[in-house]
Amino acid sequence: MKRFSWFNLTSLTLGFAFLYLPMLILVIYSFNESKLVTVWAGFSTKWYGELMQNEAFLDAAWVTLRVAVISSTLATVLGTMAAHVMVRGGRFFGRTLFSGMIYAPLVMPEVITGLSLLLLFIGIGLDRGVVTIVLAHTTFAMCYVSVVVSSRLVSFDKSLEEAALDLGCTPFQAFRLVTLPIIMPAVVSGWLLAFTLSLDDLVIASFTAGPSATTLPIKIFSSVRLGVSPEINALSTIMISIVAIGVITASIISKRNIARAEADARAAERT
Amino acid sequence: MPANGAPIFAPWDDPNAKPLIRFENVTKRFGDFTAIDNLTLDIYEREFFALLGPSGCGKTTMMRMLAGFETPTEGKIYIGGQDMGPIAPNQRPVNMMFQSYALFPHLSVYENIAFGLRRDGKSKDEIANRVEEMLRMVRLQKFAKRKPHQISGGQRQRVALARSLAKQPKLLLLDEPLGALDAKLREDTQFELMDIQEKTGTTFVIVTHDQEEAMTVASRIAVMDEGKVMQIATPDRIYEFPENAYVADFIGDVNLIEGRSTAVSDGQVTIEWAEGQQPITAKTQRNITAGQKVFYAIRPEKVTISPDRPEDAVNVAQGKILDIAYLGNLSTYHVQLPNGQVIKSQMANTRRISRRPYTWEDQVWVSWTTTGGSVLED
Repeated sequence: MKRFSWFNLTSLTLGFAFLYLPMLILVIYSFNESKLVTVWAGFSTKWYGELMQNEAFLDAAWVTLRVAVISSTLATVLGTMAAHVMVRGGRFFGRTLFSGMIYAPLVMPEVITGLSLLLLFIGIGLDRGVVTIVLAHTTFAMCYVSVVVSSRLVSFDKSLEEAALDLGCTPFQAFRLVTLPIIMPAVVSGWLLAFTLSLDDLVIASFTAGPSATTLPIKIFSSVRLGVSPEINALSTIMISIVAIGVITASIISKRNIARAEADARAAERT
Repeated sequence: MPANGAPIFAPWDDPNAKPLIRFENVTKRFGDFTAIDNLTLDIYEREFFALLGPSGCGKTTMMRMLAGFETPTEGKIYIGGQDMGPIAPNQRPVNMMFQSYALFPHLSVYENIAFGLRRDGKSKDEIANRVEEMLRMVRLQKFAKRKPHQISGGQRQRVALARSLAKQPKLLLLDEPLGALDAKLREDTQFELMDIQEKTGTTFVIVTHDQEEAMTVASRIAVMDEGKVMQIATPDRIYEFPENAYVADFIGDVNLIEGRSTAVSDGQVTIEWAEGQQPITAKTQRNITAGQKVFYAIRPEKVTISPDRPEDAVNVAQGKILDIAYLGNLSTYHVQLPNGQVIKSQMANTRRISRRPYTWEDQVWVSWTTTGGSVLED
């Protein structure tokens, strides 16, 4: 084992400070007694209490959650289908064009995506609200899901699908019973990616949201323009903890899976 | 060959036998590349048929066309008299054992074997009985609950076999089934495969690049090269009576001598092959005309080596020992003739090596009979 040098310690400290100091300050001030964000006046949880009373924030949170769940689910279904066609569909006319078009929204400035969707919704006379945000988020998250899933499908042993067909599956059954369970981890991470993208999107949502529905990022952004309130610190702290719990759970599960796979491999060698 | 008793299994010699599989003028092209070139071939029921050839010879393409994963560009494939053109892979009475085994990693050994039976909508009891039977056949009852990654390579191979036989297909395709096993296990498994083939009465078509494997398991072998069948025959005929230089060279070790026929008289040819060498006299069934360019192929074990000129030998040549390959039970001697041609002779080591009468640089005589080799047309 190498000894921990001063150089390593310093760079580690600086790196983590750079990443987490802003968040740490935010978390500390969310427990501040004072209404002034920059003056510490003792520990209190009153801002959390007030947050729970704030209808506008709670509404926005509820809208955001619904939009994120629905749009990421739709994006996962569509993105997985698109990835499957692109990787497995063989060569068909216009394949290169299609695959380019699926990935184009990845590099498209969000402002342009948002604006074009806004024009479309106005054009077809769709009232802006939850539905339009869901549609918009599905559109832009779909390509991310498709990238994640197709990278898994490329390394997927095609003979597994052929074996399923050979044993009497229709192509759809082969996908449902063999391909999907095996690529499930990629599909789930695609869903999570779409979910977080939708959760923190401000630009596209602000184009497609209407007076009837506001998402949390829009709400936070507009309240901050009137001055940072400790309530927002409290809200942000809650969001940070949710994300942290999610990440920690995911890493524990994957570590456990790796340990189990290693144990299996050892067991297989013994037999 | 038994004069009486059980008839020999040879439906290919019976003009009335109906083939189970028929390739009729099948051509398969991938873009500009011709993988299968106008191929016609019959395979009979209960046969253990081997497609043998180097990689890229089209043997895997033929198997994939039988399974339905590829469609012929031209020509037709019949299984049991039925044109397979419009039949999807999942509707064919064919199952395949994949080279990579293609076991479903998310399912247990039991569920892998049951997979095909479940698709047929069989009852629970029926499935359970059949899976038990299959597990017993491949001796994996203890491992039914394991996942594929929890068992060894040899066990995976047996699961793949059990899964592909579970549905009692008319035809089982085996794509390099033993490629991933080590030599000892391979040999055992070859005999196990033959045993299972005989017990189940299924027609097996095996793809392999390993000629020893093909010789061991197959009732007939098709030797392929560049999308064409070079010869179809039983293993002994392929070895003893190759039809062309490619087959002679591909199967086993051979001395190929190029020459020109001089005298031809009822089934006997004389071949001039080198300045200063006595011409080769050989028996042949082929219609050889005098002056034709021919190849003479003779297996090393049919060439005798001796310290003195053998009195009664028809074909004989003198040379010196260039190399000796000691294989334990056998030794192969490379004898160089004065014209530079090397003749390989293989002898059984019936005595201990210290008693061997020849060593490097010794002058020796090689000899062979008129029926020992084959005369091949160019």
